[in-house]
Amino acid sequence: MRMERAVTEAALSNRAQLSYIAAQAADARVNVELETEGMTLNIGPQHPATHGTLRIIAKLDGEQVVAVDPVMGYMHRGYEKLAEVRTYPQVTTLINRIDWVGSFANEVPFILAAERLMEVEAPPRAQWIRTILFEMSRIANITLFLGDMGLQVGAVTPAFFAFRDREHVLNLIEAVTGGRFHPNFDRIGGLKDDLPAGWITETRRVMKKMRQYCDEIETLVEGNEIFQARTRGIGVIPAHIGLSYGLSGANIRGSGVDWDVRRDSPCGMVHNETDWKVWTHPDGDSFARFWVRLQETRESTRIIDQLIDNIPSGPIMAKVPRIIKVPAGEAYVETENPLGVMGYYVISKGELVPYRVKIRSASFNNISITPWLLKGVYVPDIITILGSLYFILGDIDR
Amino acid sequence: MGLVPGLIKGLGVTGGTMLRTIFPDGLKKPIPNPVKGAETVQYPHEKEAPPARARGVIALHEENCTACMLCARECPDWCIYIEGHKEKAPPRRAGGKPRKVNAIDRFDIDFALCMFCGICVDVCPFDALFWSPEYEFSEPRIADLLHDKSRLSEWMETVPEFEPYEAGSEAKLKKVPAT
Amino acid sequence: MSASLNILGELSYWQQTGIRVGAGLAAVLLIAGTLVYLHLFKLVSFMQSRLGPMEAGPFGSLQLLAEVGKFLQKEDIFPRKADRFVFAAAPFVVLMSTFLLVVVVPGGPDAWFIDTELGIYLAMAVSSVSVIGILMAGWGSASKYSMLGGLRATGQLIAYELPLILAVLGVVIQAGTMNMQGIVYAQAEGSIFGWDGIGNPYILTQGVAFLIFMVAMQAELTQAPFDMPIAESELVSGYMTEYSGMRFLLFFIGEFATAGVFSAIAAVLFLGGWSIPGIDPNDNIMNVLGPLVMLVKIVGLTFVVFWARFTFPRFREDQLQKLAWKVLIPLALTNIVVTGILKVAF
Repeated sequence: MRMERAVTEAALSNRAQLSYIAAQAADARVNVELETEGMTLNIGPQHPATHGTLRIIAKLDGEQVVAVDPVMGYMHRGYEKLAEVRTYPQVTTLINRIDWVGSFANEVPFILAAERLMEVEAPPRAQWIRTILFEMSRIANITLFLGDMGLQVGAVTPAFFAFRDREHVLNLIEAVTGGRFHPNFDRIGGLKDDLPAGWITETRRVMKKMRQYCDEIETLVEGNEIFQARTRGIGVIPAHIGLSYGLSGANIRGSGVDWDVRRDSPCGMVHNETDWKVWTHPDGDSFARFWVRLQETRESTRIIDQLIDNIPSGPIMAKVPRIIKVPAGEAYVETENPLGVMGYYVISKGELVPYRVKIRSASFNNISITPWLLKGVYVPDIITILGSLYFILGDIDR
Repeated sequence: MGLVPGLIKGLGVTGGTMLRTIFPDGLKKPIPNPVKGAETVQYPHEKEAPPARARGVIALHEENCTACMLCARECPDWCIYIEGHKEKAPPRRAGGKPRKVNAIDRFDIDFALCMFCGICVDVCPFDALFWSPEYEFSEPRIADLLHDKSRLSEWMETVPEFEPYEAGSEAKLKKVPAT
Repeated sequence: MSASLNILGELSYWQQTGIRVGAGLAAVLLIAGTLVYLHLFKLVSFMQSRLGPMEAGPFGSLQLLAEVGKFLQKEDIFPRKADRFVFAAAPFVVLMSTFLLVVVVPGGPDAWFIDTELGIYLAMAVSSVSVIGILMAGWGSASKYSMLGGLRATGQLIAYELPLILAVLGVVIQAGTMNMQGIVYAQAEGSIFGWDGIGNPYILTQGVAFLIFMVAMQAELTQAPFDMPIAESELVSGYMTEYSGMRFLLFFIGEFATAGVFSAIAAVLFLGGWSIPGIDPNDNIMNVLGPLVMLVKIVGLTFVVFWARFTFPRFREDQLQKLAWKVLIPLALTNIVVTGILKVAF
């Protein structure tokens, strides 16, 4: 062992060592007064904090960030290319896996785009149940965020509460669709199957439980002074900057912009049949984004409560042929997914498979603001801000 | 600083959860019983029953299958392998012509590839494939995850009856054929 | 354990020392093991609605043994650029400070390791040694994450030494001695404004100092909300990242052992140590009951420490420092002034 080390050191001449150091110094920032050197810290791709394989190259000066460079693509699975050679039901199966936490919500805009091209409308019962499952996937997704945000900031317990209470929603989704994480339930023209008996009473009970969970998180995390000291004033996004970077969902509503696709451009879903409210917060910091998502979860439980009281009776599927050939044309539909605005641009040439599916995923645009947002921030705040922006890697990389 | 109240309430939440886990029956029975109070299901000793529609494994009702290859074609992973042949079956009525029927030689589903999406079950025009909520079929060798015709037929015993629908539904309740 | 116990009085010096060393090791390791099982595995799991380890032994009681076995058979990894001696020695330095701390804790009127007039002063001085160990671990790992963790830890530990010591000063003023046995006797035989029903446990009369001590202790142990050095979601483990196998186990046990020993010191300073109100502290039965009473008090105090650890998020480094310098130290200084005045007045 000793011999080996001596050989390695002798192999690098002094000249080589000096030129290496010079190259490092040229890349880093040198503080003339204190003669400190900047440090490049690689956060990820394997890291407990980034929700998946996101790599953030941070150039630090001590504990302060000088520049940040997010590198994505470690999880690119080629969905848009795969969709060119898959039939519509097969594409539906695949796109379940884009945002794997709020899974049903991924299928909906694609199915709506295909329905628009086929000029078919799902019957009212299907639209109602579609909306209910859509909101349930939002609850499943955001409860994970609420627990996970505590984890990013240092409290380990909220994450356990999140998983414990999410189980109830996942059980409900499984009782209807057969799958907890990948429901694969939406079909062009309606849904695959109807609700089993007893589901509605069970849903009412679970929604009460989810509201209790939200109260618990409010006391445990949001009301905690340490959490507030960690998140208030951190990562402030002014509204116009957020909009120019393409932020959407709770991220932009946390900056005071009153925009929600469910209310403003609904398509095929029946949120506006209920009495609900869009929550915004003027501050634009990480606390505001957390607060908005907490209120949104409660609002979703109320939406579901109102919807399950009036599900219209009727067929669950419109009359569509068995083998689906979508007529030629192009359609773009976007919906308010749990992570933000997700849209599918479907171009069809009249065949069994789509010609091109372009997926506008929410997290890709949400991440694009990080170079601007993370300048001059402390290292612990990088994690807080990334946690508050809430992205899922499958959604960024597709 | 107003430091005290929020922190104390947070401690109250975790402390309360701990007490509810140790004493799940509250003050009525002050005997510690965390095994009942915790949300943990101790897996090999206790098992949760999945709902009837849970997509555990696919079962094959051989008599209905006509080797039409629709399921093999539609599978996104191409994990269904079917081989069939035509044979002559006795005529339906006495004095008629013998009919040609398809018989399956080989019907394998490779569960190592299967995405559990259910397209094959949906697409089958003869209702030969059914979902079963059984999930405990892991094998030490990947090759054993290829379930052949006989094993798929064995899964038919675990297929539950279709559940009745909620009020207001116009969907027809399907029936699982008796094996 | 000491000359007054009849059997041991006849043993030679080396044999007595051997018994003391063995008892010290047992005290530290047994306490650490009990705390790990009871708090980390069980009570905290109940706080999170889960059961914790249940398979190894009845209700998971042998889990720590299984973990020790697991760590012992792991490969001893050294990062290529690491300074081998510094990297290897760091866990031992940290653990050494714990063992040195435990010698001043008394377990009964005659059950002590050393009985010196320095008492608590020695304890405070020795507890700073762990800072060196953590810095060695952080620097010796040759990794940016570990270095960040080590530097954060150094700043934090040095900052919170002061409130710790100042809080203790209040107790010393009230007890009139730095000798740990003396402090126990002062609490057992004291009286609160004339009423001596439960003696004079300093948690009541030095409540502010108790709170400051608990907060500073939490920071000295680098437990949440002061666990910036180990900040798991950022630094993956801070200064402990590159350690595996036995060395990691030493850090792990050291963390819990230090928690136990600091709580023992807090129990002696504030809760009356091994004495129980109602039993005469000079009674010989306290030699047997005393350690058990100490164990109960240690478990109680560490429960509070772990309860806070698993409930609260963590402070950022600059907020940590602000809390220490701008809040805790002025509070501790005021407490000393008030204690001094009241001690002279009454």
